[in-house]
Amino acid sequence: MILTAVAIALIVVMAMAIARALLGPTIYDRILAVNLFGTKTVLLIAVVSYIVGRPDFLDVALIYALINFISVIAVLRFFEYGSGKVHDEVGKDA
Amino acid sequence: MARARDLFATVMLSGIYGLLSASFFILMDAADVAFTEAAVGAGIFPLLMLTVLSSVGRYEAAGRRVRYFPLLLMAVLAGGLFAAVVQMPPFGAVDAPSHAHVAQRYILDSPDEIGIPNMVTSVLASYRGFDTLGEVVVIFTAAVGVVVILLGCRPKTPQQSTQALMAEHKVLRIVGKMLIPLILLFGLYVQFHGEYGPGGGFQAGVIFAVGIILYAMLFGLSNAQRVVPLGVLRWLVALGVLIYGSVGLASFLVGGEYLNYSVLASDPVTGQHIGIILIELGVGITVASAMVLIFFAFTRATRSRDELEE
Amino acid sequence: MPELTTLLSSVCLLLGAFLIFSGGLGVLRFPDFFTRMHAAGVTETMAATLIVLGLMLHSGWGLPLFKLLFILLFVMITGPTASHALAKSALHGGLRPQGDNANNERH
Repeated sequence: MILTAVAIALIVVMAMAIARALLGPTIYDRILAVNLFGTKTVLLIAVVSYIVGRPDFLDVALIYALINFISVIAVLRFFEYGSGKVHDEVGKDA
Repeated sequence: MARARDLFATVMLSGIYGLLSASFFILMDAADVAFTEAAVGAGIFPLLMLTVLSSVGRYEAAGRRVRYFPLLLMAVLAGGLFAAVVQMPPFGAVDAPSHAHVAQRYILDSPDEIGIPNMVTSVLASYRGFDTLGEVVVIFTAAVGVVVILLGCRPKTPQQSTQALMAEHKVLRIVGKMLIPLILLFGLYVQFHGEYGPGGGFQAGVIFAVGIILYAMLFGLSNAQRVVPLGVLRWLVALGVLIYGSVGLASFLVGGEYLNYSVLASDPVTGQHIGIILIELGVGITVASAMVLIFFAFTRATRSRDELEE
Repeated sequence: MPELTTLLSSVCLLLGAFLIFSGGLGVLRFPDFFTRMHAAGVTETMAATLIVLGLMLHSGWGLPLFKLLFILLFVMITGPTASHALAKSALHGGLRPQGDNANNERH
């Protein structure tokens, strides 16, 4: 029962994150919302795996934590260095 | 997703779509598939697409008129698929054809014949080993295609770049240095634990690739290429497929059929174990090096386009 | 003894759920990007720690315990790092906090 309550709280927060992703005025708001969605998904998978009694799903939670982190880094890199301006030299824009 | 002009939003939405698919697979109690979908659909695919967007540009070219014929074709196909799905037996019905014939034999006989707890791996690697060989060859072909198109007809640019991208993100670099060995270790765990829990060669290969891609993102492409040179990657991609094919050939030479692992050792179950470990290794090696190769090729294409523009 | 662990586990889980909910509410209602990030980042890491601790107390000794430990370590390391990277990128991109009247325009 408690696990179910936690799962419901997580789903509610994920809905809030989607709302922020749709609303957020700047692109960084949206990236923040997507990151939040991702970390809540990790927790949701872990909690659900305990609710249905199959601890194997924890591997999926772990890999999704990894993927979420790397996606946020990739998106930030894409935005900071501009699309089409990515190169290896010192200093970004002139 | 079909109407947005902003390709970046499309990529993000397709990542979320992959994540939702993974959630559905979890709800349907399919752990291995959820694992692979989370890793590939929500992980590697948006990553590679973002790299493509870096070289292609963020917005679709404006002013394209609507093409009606492909739209009609897709509508017909979608209608046909929908009709087929509606006519399929209900989910989980006991008398559905997919549960009746071969699946029964796999489920009932797998513990005796193969003896590993994870039945998905035993079906994938042993009962349907030939199909998995086809999948590995497909990945290999994709990598070869990317190499030929993007890396083939350009002279090697000299190693420039003193300092890499994201040099000022020192916190990220330090954290990355801590995390990347753990990620690679986790990849090894998934690879060899695939017989006991969700996992296996494909997922492990993707995790490995993600670790190396993280390194390349944080420390720069030239550093990453010093760690994992392109030549080594090309060899590795072929090596995985070679291992897989050789296992089949070895069972051929010993006297059994192609890819029949039972003849590889004196005891059939041990033979199956040996065969499955070897081919999963081959799959993991090919998938990891293919993903890293594709990422390097795309990133390199980005850089060269900049040089052409300057 | 099992009673104590069950009680502790429930407390941790409920506290974590409350923190997550308040963090989500903060993300929705705070006025500015940086304040939202504060709400999201702080609560996300703390709440994730509490929830994973609660789950760890709930399960016994065995492989899932160590996997949960791994998840906990990972979330504790990557949560603040992602917030930091996001804030730094936003600053580089020219976003400024709302109360900062001197440089209020975005380049």
